[in-house]
Amino acid sequence: METVLISPAKAAIFGIPSVIFSILIPLIGTLLFAYIILKRLTPLLKAAPDPRLDRLINRVFQLFKFAILQYRHLRYPVAGIIHILIFAGFVILSLRSVTLIMLGIFDGFTLPGLSGTIGNFYTVLKDITATVVLMACIAAMVRRGLFKPARYAVPSKYGKGHAGEALVVLMLISGLMLCDMAFEGSLAAAGVQEGLTTGTALPGTGSGLAAKLFNKLSLAQLQNIHLAAFFFHDLIFFFFLCFLPLGKHFHVITSLPNIFLMKLDKGKIKPVRWGVEEPEIVDLESFGIKKFGDFTWKHMLDFYSCADCGRCSDQCPANAVVRPLSPRFLSIKCRNELFQNYPLIGGTTQDESPLIGHIFEEDEIWSCTTCGACETECPLLIEYIDKIVDIRRGMVDEGMVPQSLQKPLHSLERRGNPYGKTPKRRIEWIKELPEENHVKIFQEEQTANTLYFVDSVTSYDDRIQEIARATARVLMAAGIDFGILGPAEKDSGHEVRRFGEEMLFLSLKNSNTEAIKNSGVKNIITSDPHAFNALKNDYTDIPPVEHTSQVIARKIKSGEIRLKGVENGDGIYTYHDSCYLGRHNGIYDAPRDVIDAIPGIKRVEMARCGDRAFCCGGGGLNLFYEPVEEKRMAQVRVEMAKEAGANIIVTACPFCMVHIEDGIKTSGLESEMQVIDLMELIDHSLITE
Amino acid sequence: MEIFVCVKRVPDTGENEIELDSGSNGIKRDDLVYSINEWDNYAVEEAIQIREKHGGSVTVVTVDNEEGDEVLRREMAMGADRGVLVMDKAFEGSDGRGIASILKAVVEKEHYDLVLTGVQADDGAAQIGGLLAAMLGWPYASIVNEIEILDEKKIRIHREVAGGNLEVYEVDLPCVLSVQTGINEPRYVPIRGVMKAAGLDVPVYGTADLGLSPESVGEAGATVKVKNYFVPEAGDRAEMLEGSTEEIIDKLIDLLKSKGGVR
Repeated sequence: METVLISPAKAAIFGIPSVIFSILIPLIGTLLFAYIILKRLTPLLKAAPDPRLDRLINRVFQLFKFAILQYRHLRYPVAGIIHILIFAGFVILSLRSVTLIMLGIFDGFTLPGLSGTIGNFYTVLKDITATVVLMACIAAMVRRGLFKPARYAVPSKYGKGHAGEALVVLMLISGLMLCDMAFEGSLAAAGVQEGLTTGTALPGTGSGLAAKLFNKLSLAQLQNIHLAAFFFHDLIFFFFLCFLPLGKHFHVITSLPNIFLMKLDKGKIKPVRWGVEEPEIVDLESFGIKKFGDFTWKHMLDFYSCADCGRCSDQCPANAVVRPLSPRFLSIKCRNELFQNYPLIGGTTQDESPLIGHIFEEDEIWSCTTCGACETECPLLIEYIDKIVDIRRGMVDEGMVPQSLQKPLHSLERRGNPYGKTPKRRIEWIKELPEENHVKIFQEEQTANTLYFVDSVTSYDDRIQEIARATARVLMAAGIDFGILGPAEKDSGHEVRRFGEEMLFLSLKNSNTEAIKNSGVKNIITSDPHAFNALKNDYTDIPPVEHTSQVIARKIKSGEIRLKGVENGDGIYTYHDSCYLGRHNGIYDAPRDVIDAIPGIKRVEMARCGDRAFCCGGGGLNLFYEPVEEKRMAQVRVEMAKEAGANIIVTACPFCMVHIEDGIKTSGLESEMQVIDLMELIDHSLITE
Repeated sequence: MEIFVCVKRVPDTGENEIELDSGSNGIKRDDLVYSINEWDNYAVEEAIQIREKHGGSVTVVTVDNEEGDEVLRREMAMGADRGVLVMDKAFEGSDGRGIASILKAVVEKEHYDLVLTGVQADDGAAQIGGLLAAMLGWPYASIVNEIEILDEKKIRIHREVAGGNLEVYEVDLPCVLSVQTGINEPRYVPIRGVMKAAGLDVPVYGTADLGLSPESVGEAGATVKVKNYFVPEAGDRAEMLEGSTEEIIDKLIDLLKSKGGVR
């Protein structure tokens, strides 16, 4: 291509051939970058194992969905659109940046495949893209600098605000765009002055505007601008590259591997140590995460990848009620720790100090209900639950368990339920059922194809026993032949595992597994999403499990269950998603379908529903933990239901029932709001001839 | 600091439905679950904390049958260095003085600076600490809720007294203290710890090991004997609220309101 300006590959600066600089800058920049990355990788290489290279096709698909298509970004529309524009710009302009850097070494360089028509098309595309990226950067700067969305705020206990870094990076990106525009604009302006027809810049783009702006300048001035733009681009590019791994913009590099290596099994908890099987784990020297080096390398990659966007904490119910937990700062505190222990210059600190009391406090770690809202929101697929559970395992191993949780844990060990009640009382709930609703007990040599796994709260809690009875009646009406394990059933151990007492969980699991196998059933039904998740995702080698909502939705569809008109005509119902049905197992529609099958029922959705549902306060052992908080989660949830215009909240989880019932009382809304379990609602609506 | 902690296995009152056994002046024990007496657990935790700060060792001791082994191992999983099961047919039926004299013999087998007991046991009479100190001829302080080690010869302790007041004493070592709940926050004993402690060695001492004559202990040596065990009948002014939990709560609130307890 004919040009009128001397290219940086051939020019001289103060008599020195500028090609020297265009070689040195990338060379030094790349070496420095490689050194930094090597330093950053050091802790990961020493960390605990975490196998992540299975199911590669699935992983490629997830990479495409979450990284390339930026699937989760539009959940926050404004920030999402800006991010998608800048990200798309990065992808498109990466080719241009490489070309530009090479142009400083080889005059007229083009990337293979980017010559001719495709090259011309690309030139137009990159001019438009650079303009769009620049505008997106300005919008982002205005947003961060002037509007300051609340989720970016840094509470004082976590140090100073982080807007500075964000603004610096936005300015660097803008700088890159402006340099390219000036580089292209100066060339185009010179071309116009010399009457060349080639190399004009597209009007309306940044390059076009620059060409217009520069058209009065002399050729010498244009030459200077051209060279200056080139070298500023070079410098900014390599400065930016080396700056990325120093802060939250490391995600620009780590997000692709982080998403590719994401956790694929929702609802499951990682083993205590990958590669160590059940009987041997007792002999492990230490359990869980106690010091920094106990994290797995993937968890450390998560810390590097956190973009500090605050979406996790914005959705976190613990954070919303001002418990001392913010998932965002869990990641950021750990990243700071990594940076500090593995500095770029100087030796690494072998930090053996316990995490609790150093970067975490006990209450912070117990505050999590494992609802999964953070993980569902994170655009980078960062994991929190496994880390929290691993840290809890470490705390349990050291005996650091709140006093209020010790009693229920002991009771679970001795009696198989957190209330300390005798196993024979596990079947007390069936005593109030009428004669015609006889519930079989497998222990007493009765048989059936289906097991109704009741679990502790539904077996023992006075109020929740009603859910068990409603479930029994509904299952019978649906013609399902089922039985219960009775005294042989123990707590599913769902929260025991998530509270970090792995060995106790295993003993409960093994005991239940044996009882289930002895019963000879072909399938399992439970009305408790926590038991459902445990049996489905934590247990192995047992028959398939379904939640009652799934079973009943099917039975309604098939006509085996028929429902009469809604009992409460004034009721405006809303369905409160259970975390362990919804987010952890993707069951959003079945319970809604069941409700909607009742003729004449009016149902509204809360603003936060589906995968953004707000946790009620958590299941199992969460009932026994008394956190520091400003308000109960359930109270917040009840207010959300009220705001949606509902007066009856439908739950599909016994713990949601306990918490929401509590929340209604503590909010003083007994006269306005009610709560009913899905099975109770269906029980009341059954047509029985 | 060599610390000796006396512990006892008791029926867990929180987890049992206690039924009386009309035949034996006691309770039906077939379906009970046992755990360490709560006060004793605080004493063990306190001993471990003292050792963590000042060095030494913690020895937990119980006078029991072979079932006592589990309680000792749990306390060893908690952090006690050694457990000693004191078991002999001849010890069965001992009264408080008998138990104290057995424990005295165990204490004197080795050197200890400090002996801790719980203030009382769920099923006990709160007498072991005092009796043991008297038999050893050591100083004794009861209902202790803070222990501060001053030096190898002296400690400072806080005692709860009526009205929520505190007394502070300095006590010479060796001594016996009975420890009150709330002195610390006992650590949790994970199942993994219990499983690991299953392999530890727990020596068993009988009359011969302790140089005790069988007649001086057990039922033979007991001068205090249980004659009856029953639930007292409700008096005229006692009222049991009945119904579901909700109903009981409502009745209780009504009662409190009507009697001026709450407004």
